[in-house]
Amino acid sequence: MGNNMKIELEALAENEGFARVAVAAFITPLNPTVEEISDVKTAVSEAVTNAVIHAYEEKGGTIVIRCGIDNDLLHMEIEDRGKGIENVERAMEPLFTTRPDLERSGMGFAFMEAFMDGLEVESAPGKGTTVIMEKKLGNNSWVSDED
Amino acid sequence: MEEKLKIIDHYLMIRLPEEVDHHSSTEISRRADSMILDNDVEHVVFDFSDTKFMDSSGIGVLAGRYRKISCFGGKVYVIHADSRIQRILKMSGLMNFVEIME
Repeated sequence: MGNNMKIELEALAENEGFARVAVAAFITPLNPTVEEISDVKTAVSEAVTNAVIHAYEEKGGTIVIRCGIDNDLLHMEIEDRGKGIENVERAMEPLFTTRPDLERSGMGFAFMEAFMDGLEVESAPGKGTTVIMEKKLGNNSWVSDED
Repeated sequence: MEEKLKIIDHYLMIRLPEEVDHHSSTEISRRADSMILDNDVEHVVFDFSDTKFMDSSGIGVLAGRYRKISCFGGKVYVIHADSRIQRILKMSGLMNFVEIME
């Protein structure tokens, strides 16, 4: 049976931790491994931090997190209505950042890609950004033991 | 803040908090830089003993401090990092700049 949830939160740095924990709590019925929980928490943290820093430039706004579970598959969308990304392909390149002044590493999307099974970014300047991610959970994925 | 900063023998020791994210890292960087500025700091040691979560914001904290002290020949060391944090450091290429001590 499927389950789903939606959270709307203010784009503040102090809500980054809340967003991670909320999603982690939502996926616990799927019996994820400790590694899988960390993977999802990292991906949530990266997407929400991007919205706080880049989309809303730390001036606040609304972030919507939608999660759905279908069997062992987590589908997650993190949406903002901020300034949008001009060049998504460029933004997704590892180490590319528009905010070196804030010591951003440019690894946000690379981490989302590495820790989740699927990543899609929909964005247009002035229209906001939606990050769509998927991950299979509770399978003791072999990927996590790669090294 | 949970993290503790102290100087031992020209080494700035930074005990990082349980969660190193954008929210906590801004303050860590600010405090570390004021210690580096006001004291005779040669090297920086990041102690991950208490850290259970780190995202890419942590990479920025380490890389930023590396930039500050490496021009004077300083080094950045990482201690007590679990396998996940080591993996994150590896993925970001930071392993080439910092020394991991077990």
